Amino acid sequence: MTDKDNQLLMGNEAIGQGLIEAGCQVAAAYPGTPSTEILQAVIDRAELAPEPLHIEWSVNEKIAFEVALAASYTGKRAAAVMKQVGLNVAADPFMRTAYLGVKGGMLTIVADDPGPHSSQNEQDTRLFCLQARVPVLDPASPAEAKSLVPVGFDLSERYEVNVVLRPTTRICHSRQNIVQQQPQRLERTAHFQKDPTRWAATPAFLPALHRKLNQHLAEIAREPGLQPQLTPGNGSRPRLAMVASGIVYSHLVDLLEELDLPRCCDLYQVIMPYPMNPDFCHQLHRAYDRVLILEETYPVIELQLAHPGAVGKQSGAVPREGELTPDVVHQVLADFLELSPPAELPAERRGQRPSLCPGCPHRAAFYNIKACFPKGIFPSDIGCYTLGMNLGAVNTVHCMGACISQGAGFYHAYAQDGEVPTIVVTIGDSTFFHAGIPALINAVIQQARIIVVILDNATTAMTGGQPVPHMGIAAGGKETRAVAIEPLVKASGVDFLEVCDPYDQEQFKTLLQQADAYTRRPDGGVAVLISRHGCIMDRAVRSGQPAFKISIDEHCVGCRKCVEAFECPALSMDPISGKAVVSQDRCIGCGVCIPVCPVDAIGKEDKA
Amino acid sequence: MKQQLIVSGIGGQGVLFLTRVIAQAAVNRQMPVLTAETHGMAQRGGTVLSTIKVGDFASPLIRAGQADVGLLLWEANLPVHRSLLRAEGRLLVNAAGAGEGQRIDASGIARDLGSAVLANLVLLGLAIRQKALFCSAGECETAIRQLAPVKLADQNLAAFRKGLQG
Repeated sequence: MTDKDNQLLMGNEAIGQGLIEAGCQVAAAYPGTPSTEILQAVIDRAELAPEPLHIEWSVNEKIAFEVALAASYTGKRAAAVMKQVGLNVAADPFMRTAYLGVKGGMLTIVADDPGPHSSQNEQDTRLFCLQARVPVLDPASPAEAKSLVPVGFDLSERYEVNVVLRPTTRICHSRQNIVQQQPQRLERTAHFQKDPTRWAATPAFLPALHRKLNQHLAEIAREPGLQPQLTPGNGSRPRLAMVASGIVYSHLVDLLEELDLPRCCDLYQVIMPYPMNPDFCHQLHRAYDRVLILEETYPVIELQLAHPGAVGKQSGAVPREGELTPDVVHQVLADFLELSPPAELPAERRGQRPSLCPGCPHRAAFYNIKACFPKGIFPSDIGCYTLGMNLGAVNTVHCMGACISQGAGFYHAYAQDGEVPTIVVTIGDSTFFHAGIPALINAVIQQARIIVVILDNATTAMTGGQPVPHMGIAAGGKETRAVAIEPLVKASGVDFLEVCDPYDQEQFKTLLQQADAYTRRPDGGVAVLISRHGCIMDRAVRSGQPAFKISIDEHCVGCRKCVEAFECPALSMDPISGKAVVSQDRCIGCGVCIPVCPVDAIGKEDKA
Repeated sequence: MKQQLIVSGIGGQGVLFLTRVIAQAAVNRQMPVLTAETHGMAQRGGTVLSTIKVGDFASPLIRAGQADVGLLLWEANLPVHRSLLRAEGRLLVNAAGAGEGQRIDASGIARDLGSAVLANLVLLGLAIRQKALFCSAGECETAIRQLAPVKLADQNLAAFRKGLQG
């Protein structure tokens, strides 16, 4: 084996490599942790594909799904990639696809986030699949995730169904030695076989499609290659069994090894948590009195097994919330096997909270929004700028695009009573395109009086800088038509539109005050202020702006305003002197903090 | 041979790069390796943790009290991640002052080399000097060359050697 064949790959990279190897020809995604690197890996490996490959960062997950779906109708292999809450956005086409099916292999890769580590909930895509009646594969390692890509495409094509691959954060963001293979050449040409009874099925055709789906699911449940894998026990505990899926199975394997308990009882790895083989369920009912079930995050296998001796989330033996880490599994296993309990874990301590980067333009915007409207209401949204909550300038964070509608809802509720506080909504540029535009139109036609600040940093920053529609760049750096924000805002019926660099703090505050006055005019309405400054993680942005040496002199009175209200990670309080200090390692020299100091103790000089 | 390691720091310190260098050294030895990393919002200056398991393992995560080696790039993470380490585990800390574990002012050394983010490789150098890792200095250098951008390879190696030589 050469070094080139055996590489250290992140789970997401392994899945991306798997898509290329399996002959996927259309791959569409919207970025979201922990799924983002999957499409990036496809982009990075595009030249390995022996046949044409269309890759796109779609505007949202629903669009990504629909693009991949129609490509599959032509007989080609296609994939849609998203994080778990992205599937909520794509739920509408996803549900109908179960009935109508696909032609070429269609893989929907949905990355779940037990914990959650970087999400607004820890919903379980496997349960979504049970509700949608879509087969779902649950890998236990990065290598297995890759190997399930061709398996999923094959299953999808044999039954003409959409198949879901569900990695979790610990698969996505784990690295492992991965063996690479030669990409398949499928030699398919697009051919859409028109069939209105299927692709445009009216209610008259749906019962038959539903019946066919159910028949397929019954067959898929008995697919030989996807049955639970048994590691038999040594017979010492004959009426006990353990059933696990996903990464928790791997935690369990290591734990049994470390506790010197391998083969202590029969152990099953479930690879396809839905649909489950009824024969497997019956066999577990017959053969075992007690069955430990370990899965993340909802009791999907447990619900289907309906075993009277189930030890799991339903029975309360396994925690219902949070990640099933090896320490949690240890505790559960000790209870199940009546082992001596593990040492008590020290109380979990939280480390340093994340912050907007030093020099982040969002900090300048948030600080001044809060300064202008100390009593305002601040709905915000999903992205780096969620961290504006550290500055007290983010009061709500819900789901992609919700902030504008929430701002409007706040307005209508307050307006009924008379006095309306200033409502300043903050939304990132990528989020605005994803789900903000219909919300903006709605706010305008419902005559909400709110300020919408579009935080335009020219990228999808939180997930590592994917392209956004107004920059004229598509996946892989390819040039495309740019769709600007301003005409979209104007066409949505907004009459107050201003653009400002938030580093120009005086101008930014002036515009905020003007926007507030506009919302309160008799003929006023929604005011939009575009806060425009590139993401500071972008090297070109950093090198294109002046950088000063920032220092704090002896006039500092230790009031903590720069550390708390402004919350720049480059500023901290020196415990000995009680004065603020600048970390030169972290400061990028933007100078935005200078006017924050009430005693003018922060100064700048040109860098030597 | 089996070894379980943690790399602890805050977003922006190069925890991920250090994790990859160590894991790459295992790959180059044809040893199985698993890592788990922190991505997403925590990378914006929050506490981040990587785990590395070299040898025959199935899971990338490490239970409390099981890590053989702890590389701490951010001293303030000690109370957060200390409990992952075995009682007899080796602890290497980037810190200017005295305290628990074997210490080196990796940030200070890195600053002198021109960039504080090189502290990650200075600390790796110390870990090799203290014979705490499964791999040799030469193996680390090979891995650094494989993973560092060409322009920065020499600077990265210089940082590693500073830690190695003390």
